[in-house]
Amino acid sequence: MKVKTVVKRVLEILVVLLGVSFLTFSLTYLAPGDPALASFTSQGISPTASEVEEVREEMGLNKPFIVQYGTWLGNCLRGDFGNSFSMHKPVVSVLLQRLWPTLKLAFFSLILMIIIAVPFGMVSAVKQNQWPDYLVRGWTFLGVSIPNFWFGMILMLVLALQLHLLPVTSPDTGLTSMIMPALTLAFPMSAKYARQVRTAVLEELHQDYVVGARARGLSEKAILWKHVFPNAALPLITLLGLSLGSLLGGTAVVEVLFSYPGLGNLAVQAITSYDYPLIQGYVLWIALIYMVINLIVDTSYNFFDPRVRLGA
Amino acid sequence: MMEKAIRFIKENKGFSILLALAVLILLIALLAPVLAWQDPTYSDMGSAFQAPGPGHLFGTDRLGRDVLSRVIYGTRISVPAALILVLAILVIGTVLGIVAGYFGGWVDTVIMRIADMMISFPGMVLAIAVAGIMGASIQNAIIALVVVSWTKYARLARSLVLKIRHEDYVYAAVTTGSKVIYILRQYMLPNVLPTLVITATTDIGAMMLELAGLSFLGFGAQPPIPEWGLMLNEGRQYITAYPWLILFPGLAIAIVVSIFNLLGDSLRDILDPRS
Repeated sequence: MKVKTVVKRVLEILVVLLGVSFLTFSLTYLAPGDPALASFTSQGISPTASEVEEVREEMGLNKPFIVQYGTWLGNCLRGDFGNSFSMHKPVVSVLLQRLWPTLKLAFFSLILMIIIAVPFGMVSAVKQNQWPDYLVRGWTFLGVSIPNFWFGMILMLVLALQLHLLPVTSPDTGLTSMIMPALTLAFPMSAKYARQVRTAVLEELHQDYVVGARARGLSEKAILWKHVFPNAALPLITLLGLSLGSLLGGTAVVEVLFSYPGLGNLAVQAITSYDYPLIQGYVLWIALIYMVINLIVDTSYNFFDPRVRLGA
Repeated sequence: MMEKAIRFIKENKGFSILLALAVLILLIALLAPVLAWQDPTYSDMGSAFQAPGPGHLFGTDRLGRDVLSRVIYGTRISVPAALILVLAILVIGTVLGIVAGYFGGWVDTVIMRIADMMISFPGMVLAIAVAGIMGASIQNAIIALVVVSWTKYARLARSLVLKIRHEDYVYAAVTTGSKVIYILRQYMLPNVLPTLVITATTDIGAMMLELAGLSFLGFGAQPPIPEWGLMLNEGRQYITAYPWLILFPGLAIAIVVSIFNLLGDSLRDILDPRS
């Protein structure tokens, strides 16, 4: 990708981020509940009216909306997202602490997903309209029709409570703790990807170069893995990036289910305790990370595909 | 008429069966008071946590409420909620997409930049934030999901409008002085609607899952509403001793979502000339 295009994309990201920040701030501004009061009640103190008023003044809550937004945005740009009401720590340090577990979980489930989806998709394509194909297709259908948190509960019931193979909850980020949450996340994703792999491989199998390779007497295995797969895998890279992004934001349900100490779990806690600075920080961070990942994916896609790279 | 219907059923057996099943689900929702033998919120502490058996086919929960009755009544919550959600997204997305595509210029820029914003971060994050901040209720969960999901439809509608925007017959209509609203309704809407309706049908199942997910997190239906996602959340703490509390609501979601997913797929196969 040309430098110019990248710069343009970065500028677009900044504009969108500005919009996101405005949206986040308005949401918390319009939200019921008084942040000044919440900062007291979260510490278990019931303040007098004048005490609340004092804190309101201190927090700048009496100023007009646009002034509050400006101050807040200025602080954010300097990396100061305020203090979390409920944890009494800077939002940035709370988020940083939870970012790694979520990233780790996201990568782990992506790897699991690839391990499941690629062979299944390939088998499904090669044995098109035979029983392995029907089996894989049935399974991919279940993947998009079963709520993933229910699937997680079933895993919990079987693997942890019946067979005692794994711990029931995942309070840390050790390998055994991550297996069930990662499997829960990987299951619906792998269903989607197996379908994609199947479609992509089927498409490639009908290309002329496959006929050519067969004519040259290459083994089916070599054709499949050396020629068809790399071509079919290319479009998946974009998808992988998108999945990574949505995993970062979409793990909340699974994290809560397994009590996993990640960002999603934190966000749910933040919302239930009206911890507005934390919610704002979380939404902005996720938006930023998500967009940066998308940019990297788009750029790398151009890099990986010689057709695009050479400007054909 | 009758003959035509019979021929259609014969030619599209799979679709007809699925449609019948979907109607059956709607009937269950409609007839819940007749089908469920107990009020879904009637609690009898004396018979809490009873295992599935002749008295309570699906067992009872921690308040002694009949799980089968609750699952049946759950149809009344999840199915209409998902249908309303999809309809709202379809209408909002289509209107905004058509307007953006037809008028272009700054209207297009504004609408599509907002869409970019919504698409720029994982939907669930915004949905959780919106549902959480506005207060947890099934209505707010629906609103939250509408806010994050309309963009897909708007983009689709816009791209379809752009395809025909510069056709001669559109220019002819403009030149002969047709009102804008007439052009939009007469030329643009019929062009985008089939594709969007197919997309909407295939999305019903996914939307049902997202709604259940929000309820599971506590940002959707509130107790004592017999919503399936909420029932799963309530049953979660008793998973070891009373697994039926999570088994039946989960199965209900899986079955209903499967039927709507299959229905969407087969509708696409029938209506989409490409496949």
